Amino acid sequence: MKDTAAPYVTTDGRQIGDVLMDMRGITLRFGGVEAIKNISFDIREGEIRAIIGPNGAGKSSMLNVISGFYNPQEGEVWFRGEKRPAMKPFQVARLGIARTFQNIALFDGMSVLDNIMTGRLTHMKTGMLSQMIWKGRAEREEVENRAVVERIIDFLEIQAIRKTPVGRLPYGLKKRVELARALAAEPKLLLLDEPMAGMNVEEKEDMSRFILDVNDEFGTTIALIEHDMGVVMDLSDRVVVMDYGRKIGDGTPSEVRNNQEVIDAYLGVAHD
Amino acid sequence: MSADILYTFEVVINGLMSGVLYALVALGFVLIFKASGIFNYAQGVMALFAALTLVGIMEGQVPFAHVINATFGTDIHTFGWTVPALLGIALTLVVMIVFAWMVHTFVFRHLVGQEPIILFMATIGLAYFLEGVGDLMWGSDIKTLDVGIPQGGSLWVENISAHLGGDDFYGFFIDKLDITASIVAAILVAGLIVFAQYTKQGRAMRAVADDHQAALSVGISLNFIWVLVWSLAGMVALVAGVMWGAKSGVQFSLSLIALKALPVLMLGGFTSIPGAIVGGLIIGVGEKLFEYTVGPMVGGATENWFAYVLALIFLVFRPQGLFGERIIERV
Repeated sequence: MKDTAAPYVTTDGRQIGDVLMDMRGITLRFGGVEAIKNISFDIREGEIRAIIGPNGAGKSSMLNVISGFYNPQEGEVWFRGEKRPAMKPFQVARLGIARTFQNIALFDGMSVLDNIMTGRLTHMKTGMLSQMIWKGRAEREEVENRAVVERIIDFLEIQAIRKTPVGRLPYGLKKRVELARALAAEPKLLLLDEPMAGMNVEEKEDMSRFILDVNDEFGTTIALIEHDMGVVMDLSDRVVVMDYGRKIGDGTPSEVRNNQEVIDAYLGVAHD
Repeated sequence: MSADILYTFEVVINGLMSGVLYALVALGFVLIFKASGIFNYAQGVMALFAALTLVGIMEGQVPFAHVINATFGTDIHTFGWTVPALLGIALTLVVMIVFAWMVHTFVFRHLVGQEPIILFMATIGLAYFLEGVGDLMWGSDIKTLDVGIPQGGSLWVENISAHLGGDDFYGFFIDKLDITASIVAAILVAGLIVFAQYTKQGRAMRAVADDHQAALSVGISLNFIWVLVWSLAGMVALVAGVMWGAKSGVQFSLSLIALKALPVLMLGGFTSIPGAIVGGLIIGVGEKLFEYTVGPMVGGATENWFAYVLALIFLVFRPQGLFGERIIERV
């Protein structure tokens, strides 16, 4: 991708990069129900982009479209300047788009370390046999991958539980391990589906700090869905607001906060 | 040592040896069950099919000879060549991998997300289908399989162990084939464990066994893993088929050994590779010892039912098996 474009500056004054992902006129239907109605928005390199909206607004569906779990009936998905054809989720993951799930999808029987190592699968190139015999290139690759994983483990402060089977961890830590696994892929775009759902205030603060640090230190572009308005306003550079499958707002947190339609959707509006 | 104790030892050792064969079949079940939740009733028939194919290839048999002859009025049976054992095994492995791909692509790919009972029914169908195909392809007569594994009692073991007892003890009788089978099985299991623990595909396989969605999100192709797992099960079936076939001839009753794997799995747990091995050994030793000690009192033939009764007892007291995951129902 060319890097000739002038840096994009939000109205809040933060400088972010080129368009990384561009959703153009996305419409997603389940049978006769339109979950997403003709929505367009973009995600720029290096930013934290939030998707918010009341329950059933279609936020998770949108994240599933980005990560390839759903394929939209209409519209185009552009990634890194190229139109992305309809893809299976594992192909999308191999493009460098990692994600976490609202209800946590981890490998319960495997240790924390093994779970995070699965995030490196897309980076492993050596053949099956050389890995079994554990020689040369395969060994070097394994060592390199372990180094990346150890760095992430340090970063997310989960050294103490690295050998623990994930199934035994409490909820908050599971969420953190899931984030670690997604980070291990060194994604170009990180998708977080309600990273703070079901957490107490302290855990939320921890998670917010990690998300900001990830964005800061690794420069990872992040798109997240969140319910907690306070958290969203503090974290994100730009916000998309959805309601009943439509986009009703798009901009910096301060712009969105003052958008009348958004206020109506969140607080309800009297019909007379 | 008295001869009685020594004979008991011999019974135990022979039990261990036949247990290895049970464990081999059970292993094939566990592989598929862990990775896809499918209880593969056809595992025994796969072993039969692999053995039939191996014999057919080695003897240069024309596949579907009966069908071809009946349709075109020809009278061909063999190509007129023979294939060396190693090449034959390699070719059979290729056939099993193609079979794995076909099973996944034409059957189970369309059943993803269905109830376990539906998947189970599909494997029953598969078992009968495969038995029929095996019959059509290679004929239904009993065949001998000779891949060059030494057979008969090991004189070496007999001579060495003869010193242990008195004049009325002539040493342990252990079939060389059983010894070979144990070594091959040990290598196979070690290979599978190394594969599962240390390779990218092995890690992906464990990941798929655990959570499909999460596996997809880290870039694992479920279809690829499932074909891989069926191929591995095919490979295990081939090894089991070769060993059983060499021991007792390749015949259609071979598919019934699948039933012996059931009690083995109930003992060891459906999701545990060590469980399949230990379960197989316990059943092997248990039924030989039981036949030796209790058999004469009840008129013998206890080997037919001992394994199932043992499995029943386990179902009552430890339904998850020795190594299976504990079933905990959270309310």
